[in-house]
Amino acid sequence: MLDDLDRRLLRQLQAEPTLTAAELGQRAGVSALKATRRLGRLHERGILKGQHAVIDWRALGYAVAVSLRITLDKTHARAFDEFLDTARGIAEVTEIQTFLGRVDVRLCVIARDMAHYQQIYRKQILALPHMADIEALMTVATLRDDESLPL
Amino acid sequence: MIDLDDIDRAILRALVRDATQSAVALSGRIGLSQPATWRRVKRLRDTGILVGQRVSLDAAKLGFGVTVFLGIKLATKGRVSLDDFERAVTAIPEVQLVEHVLGLYDYRLRVVARDLADFERVLRRRVMTLPGVGDVEANVLLSEERRPGPL
Repeated sequence: MLDDLDRRLLRQLQAEPTLTAAELGQRAGVSALKATRRLGRLHERGILKGQHAVIDWRALGYAVAVSLRITLDKTHARAFDEFLDTARGIAEVTEIQTFLGRVDVRLCVIARDMAHYQQIYRKQILALPHMADIEALMTVATLRDDESLPL
Repeated sequence: MIDLDDIDRAILRALVRDATQSAVALSGRIGLSQPATWRRVKRLRDTGILVGQRVSLDAAKLGFGVTVFLGIKLATKGRVSLDDFERAVTAIPEVQLVEHVLGLYDYRLRVVARDLADFERVLRRRVMTLPGVGDVEANVLLSEERRPGPL
């Protein structure tokens, strides 16, 4: 598995993804060369999968974000597949998760304003197949969102 | 708010897929000169649309086999209790996301754990002991996909 150095490097990288291998090495107390090799190996092992740019949808004019918690009618064998396939076709859906629990699926939906949200909700969300129940949580503020692992 | 054209959208899509690609690779992909590409990326950063990048790690390979989404209702409300709750919940290392929401719950959390036993430990020792915590609902994540959104 991982040793202490791997963990130190990944911790630093999670905290500041734009650091160079030399800077990461310095913070983890090793040479740039050693840091580069270690990170390369973490890549090869599929542990370090890459980096993704983060978009602030608010800056693009999407002021509304809603978590839709959906329960599906599981008497249909293909309820999940058909629901997910259709949900993928809605441009304003930014995340799709499936769960074991009281809720089956969560969709994250963004909209420019409440009128736009209402339009997406009525025309596209309510048209999704096999829904038994739907609940909405509207995001007021995001206090933490870094997806970092407690390494 | 700024208006994006198709090239800006292509840049955003490319950087969301891979934020570490070189300026040469990015400009080649979208068919612009390097300086022109750089100017556009800089503009996307300066206007707050691109807000940084995130390291993507394979949580399962790092020993984090369980992700749980929690809905939390506060038992007591008032400004002081919100502040106390928010300060305490954002300090839990296993909590990756904290959202203040409107609806059935007051907060939405994303929690990682090594396994279900580890999750139970986090739930009992860290979440259920939060100041003001009331009803808690847990849904265990089975699958997840990030969509490009309205780009």
